[in-house]
Amino acid sequence: MKITDRNGETHEVVAPTDMSMNLMEVIRSYELAEEGTIGVCGGMAMCASCQVYVLEGSEKLVEMGDEEDAMLSEAFYVQDNSRLGCQIHITEEIDGLEVAIAPYP
Amino acid sequence: MITSDILIIGAGPTGLFAVFEAGLLKMKCHLIDALPQPGGQLTELYPKKPIFDIPGFPSINAGDLVDNLMEQIKQFQPGFTLGETAQTLTKLEDGTFEVVTNKGTVHRAKAVAIAGGLGTFEPRKPTINNIGDYEEKGVEYFVKEPEHFRNKKVVIAGGGDSALDWSIFLANIASEVTLIHRRNEFRGALDSVEKVQALKDQGKIRLVTPAEVTGIKGEGQVSAITVEKEGETFDIETDYFIPLFGLTPKLGDLANWGLEIEKNAIVVNNALDYQTNIPGVYAIGDINTYPGKLKLILCGFHEATLMCQSVYNMLNPGKKYVLKYTTVSGVDGFDGSRKEAEKAVVKKID
Repeated sequence: MKITDRNGETHEVVAPTDMSMNLMEVIRSYELAEEGTIGVCGGMAMCASCQVYVLEGSEKLVEMGDEEDAMLSEAFYVQDNSRLGCQIHITEEIDGLEVAIAPYP
Repeated sequence: MITSDILIIGAGPTGLFAVFEAGLLKMKCHLIDALPQPGGQLTELYPKKPIFDIPGFPSINAGDLVDNLMEQIKQFQPGFTLGETAQTLTKLEDGTFEVVTNKGTVHRAKAVAIAGGLGTFEPRKPTINNIGDYEEKGVEYFVKEPEHFRNKKVVIAGGGDSALDWSIFLANIASEVTLIHRRNEFRGALDSVEKVQALKDQGKIRLVTPAEVTGIKGEGQVSAITVEKEGETFDIETDYFIPLFGLTPKLGDLANWGLEIEKNAIVVNNALDYQTNIPGVYAIGDINTYPGKLKLILCGFHEATLMCQSVYNMLNPGKKYVLKYTTVSGVDGFDGSRKEAEKAVVKKID
């Protein structure tokens, strides 16, 4: 998948589908965002620091749950294609996903 | 002026447990925290969520862990400066440290342990142009003293646990409670949502959703807020406006103390004693970084212990430290209390 960081640089990333990872964790482990500005709440959909704009492949994603919806409604910089990275699970189905990391805080 | 042996910045689980380890070594601690209550992320973000990786606890709710820690450190009589942010850190000529908060409270200590976690929790402020003019003049981001609001009109804005819990609590104290949220749905613990529903049905809480507070009015003090609801604009008279939109952690003033910072964390000597580049200043828990660092509560506990050892050695040069197990030597509180193992019986059985 492609992840554009907060500096506008796009990275081609290959993430494992067998490690129960989510997109926030991928961004963190590839250090595509400064530590302390991503996954601040640990992945509990409580901070929106992992907010991403889905540029391509939104139809491949599992529909947003209540908690994610509630968190995004309280967050800033939210756009129609916003999703929380910590709620996007890395599976084969999302191959080809393209996202851009939203600003934070 | 508040003096202590160790000044702990941050009263989360790591900071709290440090009081215990320091107490075993007869060192007195004082803690500063920006939040109005101890517990850090646990109490503020996820008090009712279970934690499964605290050694000895197959499952423990975060809030209960904080209660346990407070109980554990009780006998060492820690002092707390709550609802204030440590702003300046100065090393004095005699080698001690002075820390002053944003409210001007002065603390003096022989050593400083920064247990800041993710950083100072700062409230998310609503984007209302003149809100700055009313801060501490009717606009409050934390409820520190519920009694403050007795018989007053209060407007709470927010959709999460904080907004729900405070609406419930203040419904019996304030003369009027209005809860405003951008959406019709609230996100919080089920029983909180149900209680607010019940209080609303009883007429004790006025619910205004979906709506947003867009302005504040008042001469030097809040007297009303302006609300926009589905295209309509109207005012609600109120004495207080409490926006509870969540908190964001920020390194804040810590970044200006001359500490080595890397990736928004304080660099410490690699698993030796967690001292920073400033001798006598330590960083423990999530706030620090070193090769191999894991941001786990149990790691914070371990780091707090080694930090206390180091401070003890620093304050008692030449005194040889003898490690005593609590099961052997018991725990002597500063309050005169004593915890010890029961003596085994040596008795002949006829």
